[in-house]
Formats: sequence, structure tokens, C-alpha cells
Amino acid sequence: MRKPTHQTADRDIILREALARIDSPARRRFLKGSLTLGGLSLLTGCDLGDSAGVEGALRRIDRFNDKVQAWLFDPKRLAPTYDESEMTRPFPFNAFYGLDRVPQVDADGFRLEVTGLVADRHPWSLTELGALPQADQVTRHICVEGWSAIGKWGGVPFHVFLKRIGADLDAKYVGFKCADDYYTSIDMPTALHPQTQLTLTYDGETLPARYGFPMKVRIPTKLGYKNPKHVQAIFVTNTYPGGYWEDQGYNWFGGS
Amino acid sequence: MTTAVPSERPLIHPLWLRITHWVNALAVVIMVMSGWRIYNASPLFDFRFANDITLGGWLAGALQWHFAAMWLLVANGILYLALNVASKRLWRRFLPLSPRTVLADLKAALRGRLSHADPQHYNAVQRAAYLFVMLDILLLVLSGLVLWKSVQFPLLRELLGGYETARYIHFFAMAGLVGFVAIHLVMVAMVPRTLIAIIRGR
Repeated sequence: MRKPTHQTADRDIILREALARIDSPARRRFLKGSLTLGGLSLLTGCDLGDSAGVEGALRRIDRFNDKVQAWLFDPKRLAPTYDESEMTRPFPFNAFYGLDRVPQVDADGFRLEVTGLVADRHPWSLTELGALPQADQVTRHICVEGWSAIGKWGGVPFHVFLKRIGADLDAKYVGFKCADDYYTSIDMPTALHPQTQLTLTYDGETLPARYGFPMKVRIPTKLGYKNPKHVQAIFVTNTYPGGYWEDQGYNWFGGS
Repeated sequence: MTTAVPSERPLIHPLWLRITHWVNALAVVIMVMSGWRIYNASPLFDFRFANDITLGGWLAGALQWHFAAMWLLVANGILYLALNVASKRLWRRFLPLSPRTVLADLKAALRGRLSHADPQHYNAVQRAAYLFVMLDILLLVLSGLVLWKSVQFPLLRELLGGYETARYIHFFAMAGLVGFVAIHLVMVAMVPRTLIAIIRGR
């Protein structure tokens, strides 16, 4: 079956062809032409972003940036805290829908669902959550759009809750599902950050509907879209859960 | 000197400089155009950039471009500065520089009396402009780091006056960069052989 002489001959032909191609002025012209075309469409802001190849490359760099951010994230470094006098009043309402469509969740019937890699899966009532240790924070909420606002949130430090439910703290992700069909997920180191909070109050009052009643997750080390409101279910998983905005192209780590 | 034998002209820009110049130009165009789209999502002032001159299509797309091209800008910038320092070109071509010589050359330039006879020698206005744009891009990178990672770089954040102040610094540094590019392009149009030099080196 072996035909070494043929193989050698084939190799020589392939090599000669390749060398000829490298030297070919047509090929050089083609390369130069494509470079110029790329530069031109860029300068004119043409449809570079529409081509599938560019989109794929951008998504790969986006995933790479997730890794860089995870590496940069210092689990002990705290987001700056502020004096109550520095709070933004009124704190802006922001969602993917208008104020008139804010979900109204019934407090008595509410049970926080806990699933995935956890030892204790019993659902939590608001009374039970209120009996856990509480902490307040006055921190800056930074939106992916660029604006920011300082608010005061109170609730259960999330690491306390995760340990209480016997979550697998070596799992990769914690995911959230919300009453407004919003969903998002975070990395475990951020979930265990001392300022990450299951939020039950805003400015000392029960969390108002527009800010996420009955419960939101406040993460001052992450952008606004990683701070879900009206949270109904929490799950711990090793399978990448994505998110409402993340699945449309927002960076998944979304940390600051 | 005759123009018929271009290869005998002295080398004005070494190859590494020409490559880093054009890579930087590409990175700056992507950063500025995607940055305008990001600005439009929450404008600091009472205006927006026309979407036609922005990159990314929408906020998420613009952010992807911005956070991809930042690697190109920074890696290329570090390479440029390292080679500039290692070859001592930084001192040779941009120093000495004094406000007096900049003013004198600026006056001469505005009267149209500034000589471009020796392209290997930058006049004081050129030196000031090029040093300005280096520092300006450095400021853009540092303020950008505060916007991207305000929690992870606390010292830098406080030095730049906090997150919100860093937004304004980032914007005005962008405006400075765009202003530089505009003047730079006008100058190239007035002295077109500088364009040949940054492409072919001579």
C-alpha cells in the first residue's frame, strides 16, 4: 500500500505550488486589496459588525474578558461605601419595561425557591429570610449605560444564606430567576463577596415594588444588569446559565 | 536632492514605528467610534453622536468592540513606548521642549513661516502635539480602567476623583484625542509627503 516515492513527489509538488503562491503578485494584490477594503469599511462605519466572522471574534474576546475579570476580581476588595447624605434622591427606576408594568408580588404567598447543588432545598418565606442576620450598605449602583446612583440597601449577606442552605461553594455559578421573567447568573467568588446581598429593604423601608419587591440581589461589585429584582428562585450549578441581557451580547462577568 | 531616486532618501520612520502608528490608528478609530455609541446610551451633555458615525449597532455591540480594541490599543501602545525608550527615539525626537519654543514655533506656523525642510526634525509644536497625544491616550486608558473596574483599582479611582469624575475625564480626553487627529490630518493634507513617509519610511 505504501508508495513512498509518490509521496515524496506529491510533497515536492505541493511545496512548489505553495512557494509559487507566496511569490504570486496576484496573491499579494489580493492581500493588499483586502487590507484596504477592511480599513475603508471601518472608516466609513459600514457593515463590518454584521458579518458573522467579526461577530464570532468579538464574542470570543468577550469570553476572554470574562476570564480576565475573574482573575482581576479580588474577593476581599470592597466597593466604596458612602454617607447617607450622598444618596441619589429619588433613586432612578430602571428596567426593560415601564413603571406601569412592575410586577406586584404577593408577600404572604411568596416563597423563595432554592434548587441545584444545595443540601437544603426548602423554600423560604419572607418571615424566615427576615430572621436571618441583616446588614445595610450605602453603595454606588453603576449601570452598563454609564450612569450611576448611590442607594441604601439592607438584607441578608448572600454568603450567610449560601452557607445556611448548604450550597456547594465550589460550584461555578449561582443563577437567579425573577417574577418579571428576567434571569441572570454570577460567579461563585462574587456570590461569596462580603457585600453581595439578598436585599429586603431600600433606605430603611420594605423594598418597594419599583426596586424589586419582595427581594432583589444587590451586588455592588457588578453592573446593574447583574443585580436582579423580584427574585423568585436561586439555583447553584456548574452549567453556564447565561442571562437576559447576557444572551443578547452583554458581557457575562459584568463586574466593576 | 532629486525625487527620482526615493530609495536614497534618508529613513525618516523605522519599520516598527510605521507599524505601531497604523495599528494605533486602527485601534483609535475603533475605540472612538464604539465609544461614541456607548456615550449615546447615557449622554453626559445635551447632545448625542449621530449613530451613522458610531460602531457596534447598539450598546452591547459597541461595548464588545470597545473591550476588544482596548487590548490592541494597550498592547500596541506598550510596544510603541518600549521601542521608543529602548531606541532613545523618545528623547532624540521629542526633547528638549520648552513653552517658549512652542509659542515661537506656533506663531511662525500660524504665519505660514514654519519650515518643514528637514522631516527628521520635529519642530516644537509637533513635539508638544505628539507628547500631548501620548499622555492623552495614557489618560484615556487610566480613566477607562476606572470606568471598567472602579472597585478593583481603588487608588486609581480616588486619584481620578471617583467613578463619575472619571467619566468626564474619559470624555474630555477623547475630545482631546479627536482634536489632535483632526489637526494631524489637516497637517498631513498640507504636507502630503509626510503620508508617504509614514507608509514607506522615507
